Amino acid sequence: MAEFPVAARPSWRRRGRLALAQYLPAAALVLTLLVLWELATHLWKIQPWLLPAPSAIWKAGLAAKGLLGPHTWQTAQETLWGFLLALGVGLGLGLLIEFSPLVRYALYPLLVVSQTIPIIAIAPLLVIWLGYGIWPKIIVVGLVCFFPIVVNTADGLRSADPELIALLRTMGASEGQIFRLVRWPGALPMIFSGIKIAITYSVVGAILGEWVGASRGLGVFMLRATNSFRTDWVFASIAITAILSVCLFGLVSLAERLALRWYYAAGRGERWEELKPSRLPKATR
Amino acid sequence: MNATNDYPVILEHMSKAFRVDGRLVSALEDVSLQARAQEFVTLIGPSGCGKSTLLNIICGLLEPDEGTIILHGERNAPRLGRVGYMPQRDLLLPWKRVLDNILLGPQIMGRDLAEARREALDLLPLFGLEGFENHYPATLSGGMRQRAALMRTFMCHHDIVLLDEPFGALDALTRRTMRRWLLDVWARFRQTILFVTHDVEEALFLSDRIYVFSPRPGRIILEMALDLPADRRERQAAAPEFVAYRQRLLQALGLEEG
Ligand SMILES: Nc1ncnc2c1ncn2[C@@H]1O[C@H](COP(=O)(O)OP(=O)(O)O)[C@@H](O)[C@H]1O
Ligand SMILES: [Mg+2]
Repeated sequence: MAEFPVAARPSWRRRGRLALAQYLPAAALVLTLLVLWELATHLWKIQPWLLPAPSAIWKAGLAAKGLLGPHTWQTAQETLWGFLLALGVGLGLGLLIEFSPLVRYALYPLLVVSQTIPIIAIAPLLVIWLGYGIWPKIIVVGLVCFFPIVVNTADGLRSADPELIALLRTMGASEGQIFRLVRWPGALPMIFSGIKIAITYSVVGAILGEWVGASRGLGVFMLRATNSFRTDWVFASIAITAILSVCLFGLVSLAERLALRWYYAAGRGERWEELKPSRLPKATR
Repeated sequence: MNATNDYPVILEHMSKAFRVDGRLVSALEDVSLQARAQEFVTLIGPSGCGKSTLLNIICGLLEPDEGTIILHGERNAPRLGRVGYMPQRDLLLPWKRVLDNILLGPQIMGRDLAEARREALDLLPLFGLEGFENHYPATLSGGMRQRAALMRTFMCHHDIVLLDEPFGALDALTRRTMRRWLLDVWARFRQTILFVTHDVEEALFLSDRIYVFSPRPGRIILEMALDLPADRRERQAAAPEFVAYRQRLLQALGLEEG
């Protein structure tokens, strides 16, 4: 093993620059597309009910603030509860699958099959069974979200380094200690990946649940807006959906950063940066 | 009983085979050895001759197919949790800071953590880890990781310690410093050490006694007590006895030059 230089803690300025380098391209791209969109609608005089300009969407959204607020709040609540349900069930099933071979063989195939059933077919049934309240939506969100959490939890727990486990055994560790000290912390990066995938599906799941029968929520609002050709409102609610999703994803990423300090402490990103071919001296290329 | 108590580690006629693709592959054959209390015993042999397997058996991760293990005079006693073991890889937990990695043994054994922490902090300079206690392992150099792993082993407070090629992955220069430094640490703790290496010089500089293993299946082909200065700092690679021992070792290993 070569003696690699000890990675120094990056300065705040450097971190700021890295963050800027990371987010600036996406922001610039979005801005460019919006400007092109705006110009196109004016240039070709596109009818507002076909494709409204971004500025028109913004104005319509602001005007309908009082209307959009409660709908958004409703969807956000469904999303959050549904996601928490998925998290609980996902972690629980993941643990069960890892610790009971019987459960693994019985459940794993069923879980995979469950993902092939179109939610669109299940959602109306849930409404029939559970009525028009919040529960069918929570369950739809849960159904959409739990799978990546289960799979990543089970696989993450399974991916523990057997030699680490052996080392702990030589120290006289119990199975519980091995789980707490090795398997769980080692699985966390994968579990967080699963949670990130899940959270990106969650808002869409809530809207899907509202689509088939609800009195409030962004899904209902979208449906009504479409039926009355308020295309600007449709786009406004799409934008809110996107923003909500990104915010939730950001929250999970933040939680991940805090929980996996060790994972990011090694300065992985910077190491990749240093190892880019363009940054290596010519002779070693 | 008294005679065996002078030998914390005794192995009698141990054999071990592994099943690989349905065939039995013998890894160790009829291995008998002992280590005296506070003795530094080195096991040397070509790669794949079963040295790691032997340590895995002694620490309790594996059971031998045949033979007896006597630890502290106790025949076939449970061994997990009673022998300090440092595997070939450093195996530091990436999610624990250096100090917490070092305290893994005391934590698992349920010892008083505050006291263990005090002891660890006192010992950090000896292990060259002062100032790095709050780093994550991924930010340490290879030598430091190895020292952290060794300190973790020593913090378990077992009087038998198994070291599996602890410096095998390090460069020649670092090995040399680590060797000196291991002796300093051992001078302080004075455990019975079983040390695995494939480096002849290392064996001669460190050991009281050396067992040479044949290529697989591992058998002991030479046992050599070293009549060299007990103070390792006085051992000279150019001394005639040293040269003679080296010659015998190389010969036994089939590496003799000329
Ligand atoms: N768990 C195992 N299953 C099958 N074969 C093994 C296992 N562990 C070790 N062996 C085999 O036993 C032999 C001795 O291995 P090892 O003890 O690691 O050798 P050394 O440490 O001396 O290099 C090797 O041929 C290896 O392939
Ligand atoms: Mg080995």
